[in-house]
Amino acid sequence: MSDSTMSDNPGTDNPILTLDNVIKSFGPVTVIKGVTVNVYPGKVQVLLGENGAGKSTLIKMMAGVYQPDGGRILVDGKEVRLPDTNASEALGIATIHQELNLVGSMTVAENITMGRIPRRFGLVDRKKMREVAREALAMIGLDIDVDHKVAELGIARQQLVEIAKALSLDARMLILDEPTAALTKREIAALFSVVEDLRERGVGMVFISHHLDEIAAIGDSVSVLRDGEFVAEVPADTHEDELVRLMVGRSIEQQFPRRREYDGPDATLLEVNGLSTKGTINNVSFTVKAGEIVGLAGLVGAGRTEVIRAIAGVDPYASGSVRVRGKELPKSSIGAAIRAGVGHVPEDRKAHGLVLGAPVNENIGYATLSTTAKSGLVDRAGQRKRAEDVADKLRIRMHNLDQVVGSLSGGNQQKTVFARWIVANSSVLLLDEPTRGVDVGAKVEIYELMNAITAAGGAVVMVSSELPEVLGMSDRVLVMSGGHISGELNADDATQDAVMSLAVRDVQRDLEDKLMEDGHE
Amino acid sequence: MNKVATAAAPKKARGGSRIGRFLADNGALVGLFVLGLALFIATPDFLTGPNLLNIGIQASVIAVLAFGLTFVIVAAGIDLSVGSVAALSAMGSAWIFSEGSMPGWIALIGGLAIGALSGAVSGFAVAYGRLPSFIATLAMLSIARGLTLVISEGRPIGTAPEVSFLGGDLGVIPMPIIVLVVAGLVAAFILNFTVMGRYMYAVGGNKEAARLSGVPVRKVLVTVFTLSGLFAGLAGLLLSGRLDSAQPQAAVGYELDAIAAVVIGGASLAGGIGRISGTLVGALVLVVIRNGLNLLNVSSFWQQVVIGLVIAVAVGIDSLRRKNQPH
Repeated sequence: MSDSTMSDNPGTDNPILTLDNVIKSFGPVTVIKGVTVNVYPGKVQVLLGENGAGKSTLIKMMAGVYQPDGGRILVDGKEVRLPDTNASEALGIATIHQELNLVGSMTVAENITMGRIPRRFGLVDRKKMREVAREALAMIGLDIDVDHKVAELGIARQQLVEIAKALSLDARMLILDEPTAALTKREIAALFSVVEDLRERGVGMVFISHHLDEIAAIGDSVSVLRDGEFVAEVPADTHEDELVRLMVGRSIEQQFPRRREYDGPDATLLEVNGLSTKGTINNVSFTVKAGEIVGLAGLVGAGRTEVIRAIAGVDPYASGSVRVRGKELPKSSIGAAIRAGVGHVPEDRKAHGLVLGAPVNENIGYATLSTTAKSGLVDRAGQRKRAEDVADKLRIRMHNLDQVVGSLSGGNQQKTVFARWIVANSSVLLLDEPTRGVDVGAKVEIYELMNAITAAGGAVVMVSSELPEVLGMSDRVLVMSGGHISGELNADDATQDAVMSLAVRDVQRDLEDKLMEDGHE
Repeated sequence: MNKVATAAAPKKARGGSRIGRFLADNGALVGLFVLGLALFIATPDFLTGPNLLNIGIQASVIAVLAFGLTFVIVAAGIDLSVGSVAALSAMGSAWIFSEGSMPGWIALIGGLAIGALSGAVSGFAVAYGRLPSFIATLAMLSIARGLTLVISEGRPIGTAPEVSFLGGDLGVIPMPIIVLVVAGLVAAFILNFTVMGRYMYAVGGNKEAARLSGVPVRKVLVTVFTLSGLFAGLAGLLLSGRLDSAQPQAAVGYELDAIAAVVIGGASLAGGIGRISGTLVGALVLVVIRNGLNLLNVSSFWQQVVIGLVIAVAVGIDSLRRKNQPH
């Protein structure tokens, strides 16, 4: 399946869509500098590049959201203009966005027929609507009740509903924008089997993912982009190291460059004792010392994020205590936690970490606005200077400090959240999935940042669902399972198997019940 | 060979010079100048000293209301009660002076305090009662108007001389214009230079991210509504000072003019965006249109139609402009 479709060997089929040497600028900045991509029927064309390389701009041109400033778009060999998304949809091009375009409060059937709800005597023809929806779901072998509210489905199923919707609109080309980002292993496998089916039906697909291992599993050919330029087109079974080299323009020596360089006094910075909340977490105790990175591993739903949020003062807890440098923090007071030196990098940086419409400068300064203020007035010059220094130090790539943070790439957005706590001199950093949606190059920069924080005597707690990251960067690994800590492993003893067996120790049965339930519907 | 012109070509006009950028960012100001120029050509009565002072006086009440409302809208809320709160503040002030027989300066401060207090009540309902601001202030709109009628028993009450002074002149300059300028400077100062002001933008831009960064979100919400009430109180005193009496039906519907001024000025009802200078321009646009149409003898019925179109066009242009930027 993953035999290559090189650009010089298009095979017998003609491409559904071709971006021919397209160029796109925003104001003075050229973000796409002459890129050519072909999408063939029954093939999966992978777009690979770091955040900011231009992948999203390319797919937005395919979808008609942006129009190229130069070059041509061809569909079935004919030059077309795609002034808006309706134009691309009319040509059978559909995009499955990371943020799904479904109305949660409406049913599966209503969502699939949205915009063309079958009518009878001017009223909704529910029978016909269900039929259309069932047919669409059958195309991808998805068996769910079409009268279910979409919000009640898991994210994976919602995604499949969206794909079914696109197919029932006669889409022959699907753009899958990081479809696996929010899915579990099992859900990814289900998605990939749908992709296999679509391949056989002759649907052409564009696939974006930050997970290199998925490329060989699902792709046919890979277009590599760097800084808006086309770098190479290679077969999907190209070795991962080579893909990384093409993508970042250099080879990355060490994916997880953990170094312990702190040689100051042995001090316990964070002490969590018997932390319990109503429902999720149960009697969690651990300590973190200066200079240490403690990984918090476990399955999704094990309570890791809840522990982090309780320590940071975001959510209340029922019993237990949190001490920073020996001093007990009051319950659910974010302000007190920040003053004690706690910095929290939340899981979802767009929803919880950043004010996307505000400039980088402001986003870096939120936690220090009041502490640096004199009689209620903002220390504007000082705030700016500090933001400038830290942005420089963390190498946040931007035009200037006044650029809105929402227009930065994922890695640079994440660095902005980090910058806020560096400016605030936080010594206990709680990182929740710190490299999610961040590209390879920026990942390593974030790891180096964690090294620097601990070298300076800081303590880091890192929640991550990526085991290699937990194993590669943690000095100690705490494994959570069913709301409590099921085991602790030293860096030397921590292996994937050891962590996983602790992670599922108590919840295996629960989990299987749950999965059964999920699969039921 | 492959330089095919596309639909996106006009976008290149953007960027470029500093002046071009300024104009693109201040569409309402450009509109105001165009409007002024058109009226200058259309009628000799427009660009005269007395008429311009008249515009300033007419703009003062709407602009002061709209300044207060800008805080709320920046923080992603809405305040429908400002017209009623203005009336209640004016009436309360007049009552303190006439019925309560208190000194005039107490009546003046009392009026402002009533406004601030009304706003604070809305603010607490939003921040701690978790009411949507639309609902909380819709309730306050009714409550404040009702209280105004209760206090006045439906009759006008004479204002304190200190309040009437606000409606008078200082030399050749009408006091309302001075109050307008001072209120605008204070509001702009709060938004741009105080910690609380920057917090308002953060809360309006993303409440949860602001909270997780240590921003005291509820305190910010109470503050914006209190400020909105305070500014509404000031607007009420301006209005009653001009008439030398507080009217029970004063400022009915003014909240809609104030909202219009804020959005014409470029603020987003989704929060996080808005400037006092924009709001001032928005208020002036509304008043200049009314003034101009009056000078041109256009009926007040048609004026309402025109104002409606202006609001739609102004906000429409603004959102088109925003859509053409990446993300």
